[in-house]
Amino acid sequence: MSKSLAKTGIPSIEELEKSPGFPSKERMMNRPVAVIECIQKIPCDPCQLVCPFGAIKVNILIALPELNEEICTGCGSCIAYCPGLAIFVVDYTFSEDNVLISFPYEYLPLPEVGSIVDATDRMCKVITKGKIVKVLERKSFDHTAVISIAVPKNFIYEVRGITISKGEGCI
Amino acid sequence: MAIVGSGPAGLAAALEATNAGAKVLLIDENANVGGQLLKQTHKFFGSSKRYAGIRGIDIGNKMLQELDKNHVEISLTSIVFQIFGKELLILKNEKIQRVKTKKIIYSCGASEKVINFPGWTLPGVMGAGGAQTLVNVHRVSPGNRILMIGSGNVGLVVSYQLIQAGADVVAVIEALPKIGGYGVHASKICRAGVPILTSHKIKEAYGNGKVEAATIVALDKKWQPILNTERTLKVDVICLAVGLKPKIELPLMSGCKTVHSPTLGGRVPIHDENMETTEKGIYVAGDIAGVEEVDTAIEEGRLAGIASAEKLGYISEDKAKDLKIEVRKILGDLRSGPFGEHRERAKKQLIQIGKSSRQRLL
Repeated sequence: MSKSLAKTGIPSIEELEKSPGFPSKERMMNRPVAVIECIQKIPCDPCQLVCPFGAIKVNILIALPELNEEICTGCGSCIAYCPGLAIFVVDYTFSEDNVLISFPYEYLPLPEVGSIVDATDRMCKVITKGKIVKVLERKSFDHTAVISIAVPKNFIYEVRGITISKGEGCI
Repeated sequence: MAIVGSGPAGLAAALEATNAGAKVLLIDENANVGGQLLKQTHKFFGSSKRYAGIRGIDIGNKMLQELDKNHVEISLTSIVFQIFGKELLILKNEKIQRVKTKKIIYSCGASEKVINFPGWTLPGVMGAGGAQTLVNVHRVSPGNRILMIGSGNVGLVVSYQLIQAGADVVAVIEALPKIGGYGVHASKICRAGVPILTSHKIKEAYGNGKVEAATIVALDKKWQPILNTERTLKVDVICLAVGLKPKIELPLMSGCKTVHSPTLGGRVPIHDENMETTEKGIYVAGDIAGVEEVDTAIEEGRLAGIASAEKLGYISEDKAKDLKIEVRKILGDLRSGPFGEHRERAKKQLIQIGKSSRQRLL
């Protein structure tokens, strides 16, 4: 349990790979796909309803979301609807060198499209620089923006956000 | 009927009761309807059949709009301070009103618990719920560098909202070896750079007239501080998110019997499967009946609203039965899984006691 979600707040890759919402490595390195990082059984189901392709199943309210990675197009409809902000979309085919990672974001100010920013991992560690490609805000997203950042392909498993800290930082 | 407390449970009870045609007086000591929902700026979990995916603050407003205004009277800034049977004494605008009712639903919620440590009386040590009120209702950040004590959903959610308001949450500490709240809430604040330190407690708070620093220490498996693991953090606010306890003063005044349930937050009024207490015609719903989540509070409110309207003759026995089955099914779903099972067990016990105590009374 030393590096588990329940101990640190950060899901390990092993925990994620075992969960039914996490796509296979082969699928992730293909066309765009949703990455659902929801590994605890909590009563919640909006992701299932919002997917326009029926690619997410939550069998009972308490079940983990199951991703049908063949049906999923990586359209990103689910990102802003997950109340836990736990769904990401990765597009390995974005460019020769870069993967496009899309994530939910609820902080102001929003980053500017085209800007180069620090890309961070699940514990906010800066691991590379990335370029903001898209900042989506829609009424239906209800104040959750969806940010897309291009980072080198080898960070497909790690980059899940950008630096937001404005103060002196944490311990 | 009178419903005391207009949070999620009280609103849900009012919805069901007024839908059935009962005349409801909804009373709240605050200036707005919604209770704790008004401070919840995050999107809620739960069932899409109800309010999942909607921000708490919008759930309160949505429920208020759904209320049939012809059947409900809302009395705000009103304090219920005495009860004689089913008659309430209410203090409003420095005047006392006497209200006769046939049924009472208490949905008064819960209050924050505190822990004591050297320095805990310094200004800057506050309840996490208090900090949330400051930041989300009054739009004032309680400080710049915050230490959060407790990793339940309250600690995690308030940390997130403090970061959104521009404060630095220096760390979340938790005495237990694992995080109490939902992993997705924890992951959210981890991605914002907040370390969550399990098996840690606060040793002392320091400061000249206000909080300026706090020392934390790691705990071993026997809950003992581990030598040389102290760390002193520069902070100006220490938030306590160490649990809630049901606000049972009014049920006590009504003579409702209570039992102690550590799982449900302390002393809770005994109630049956219809949320009726040991006093006939007096119901409880939401955190007052055992501290849980907003989604369960809403379903308990519905149950109390349906059951009391049925007793008043506004819903037929058959229809009430169907409605109650549906609500109990959702309650069961919400109380399943690793975060709900223990509450399900505690509630079942409580209802069992409620049933048997009524049998004794009969």
